[in-house]
Amino acid sequence: MARTSTRYRWIADAVLENRVFRSIFRHGFADSNRNRSLAVFSNIFLHIHPVKVNVRAIRFTRTYYLGGLSAATFLILVVTGIFLMFYYHPSAPRAYDDMKDLQFVVYMGPFLRNLHRWAAHAMVALVLLHMVRVFFAGAYRPPREFNWVVGVVLLLLTILLSYTGYLLPWDQLAYWGVTVGTNMADSMPVLGKYTKFLLLGGTEVNENALLRFYVLHCVVLPFFLVLLLSVHIWRVRKDGGIYLGEAGEEKPDAEPEPVAPEPEPVGATRESVR
Amino acid sequence: MKGYSLETDDNARKAPVRLVVVQGESEPAVDASDEPQVMSMPHLFLREGIALVVLSLGLVLLAIFVDAPLEEIANPLKTPNPAKAPWYFLGLQELLHYYPPIFSGVLLPGLVVLALVVIPYFNVNLKREALWQTRTRSKLAYLWASVAALSAIFLFTGAHPVWPIVLPLWLVAVLMTLPALYPRRQGAIAWLGDRSLAFWIFLWFLLASVALTVIGVFFRGPGWQFTLPWRDGIY
Repeated sequence: MARTSTRYRWIADAVLENRVFRSIFRHGFADSNRNRSLAVFSNIFLHIHPVKVNVRAIRFTRTYYLGGLSAATFLILVVTGIFLMFYYHPSAPRAYDDMKDLQFVVYMGPFLRNLHRWAAHAMVALVLLHMVRVFFAGAYRPPREFNWVVGVVLLLLTILLSYTGYLLPWDQLAYWGVTVGTNMADSMPVLGKYTKFLLLGGTEVNENALLRFYVLHCVVLPFFLVLLLSVHIWRVRKDGGIYLGEAGEEKPDAEPEPVAPEPEPVGATRESVR
Repeated sequence: MKGYSLETDDNARKAPVRLVVVQGESEPAVDASDEPQVMSMPHLFLREGIALVVLSLGLVLLAIFVDAPLEEIANPLKTPNPAKAPWYFLGLQELLHYYPPIFSGVLLPGLVVLALVVIPYFNVNLKREALWQTRTRSKLAYLWASVAALSAIFLFTGAHPVWPIVLPLWLVAVLMTLPALYPRRQGAIAWLGDRSLAFWIFLWFLLASVALTVIGVFFRGPGWQFTLPWRDGIY
């Protein structure tokens, strides 16, 4: 591609126009619409997005980015959670001792635990708000009805993840919070007793329960969450991106202010983009 | 295996037998409207990046300045009073105050989840038609008969009248009725009149859950007695 040379162009060229970079990304700097498209659909992480989006779809006040932020909190939780796993033993009373170590011995331990805790609460809240927003937008209706169901299951998984994590510090708060919850499961007719036994690995909250909650919290539930989250996002794309209202249901308000400069012709320089 | 063969042929037009699925009226989303479009790179990714940074920054600041609670080691012999579940379960725990666990811990949440799942498959008002467009008089009668029946259930079947469910019900019913009594072409009342039945039911669920949760979190103390958070603190 012929480029008008500019003062610092050679730096970009040195980094972007060599065999190694091109073997990884296969396209040049995202300064033309062709390269911007390639940046999206030749990248496994970005290709969950369309190449082009409606300006109404990316406005903050349409979605408040609640779904994306829920996913972001999950990312934070995975990272902090892995760090916490390095310092944690799922056995009593060792689990509680590990909390004290995190508090007083481990470098930045309190920060790690705090961040995990607050991100967990934020995730439950964001997922709930996301559901409310989607409902009031009417996005749950056909053809998206099954994705709404997937979303409900994702909400339940989020709550279960938070709830199983709640027991792990093995302090009074954890123990009695979980006891209150499992006693509710106990009251289920016929199945209650078995559900409680299956969940706790016993008839009361003890070390077996701690181990089960740990495995559920760190392996089983995150696995299903990632699985269903992939389905959830994939289906949003297959239904044409985020819901923008039915045709004619909502007129785009008088001339939405342009958020972008006019697309420049292929082969334009970065100078012209500025 | 007998009867099984790979469909190979030199002629790519014949093998394997090609199948094309043409979905009715499907067309590329880009052509679906003449509304302005922008490139995802950079406009969408920039916004996502900013959102991610703002969220992370907020959580990091929270984690620096507010410590996660850690009480003494778990002790099965020492029951705290009150013993509270995490905040998202406190709405259910508050319901335990009114109904036996079989109802408040299993049936009611089960019904709510079931309702959420079947909402989009329900044929009632999927188009979200305005409620009062037709048969205003009989719909008003149905509405208030249902409100009376539901109020009776939640006021008299529990150990105490379940005000956190009944008051949102009345609020929703009054808001629903306003456009029927005072029809307007525009403004707030016209907006209320355009809402669907599904909207009102969901709003009732939402307000009731929020009310139950707020009461469970802030207004319940030892023995699940009513307390005032500004007088006695939060338990």
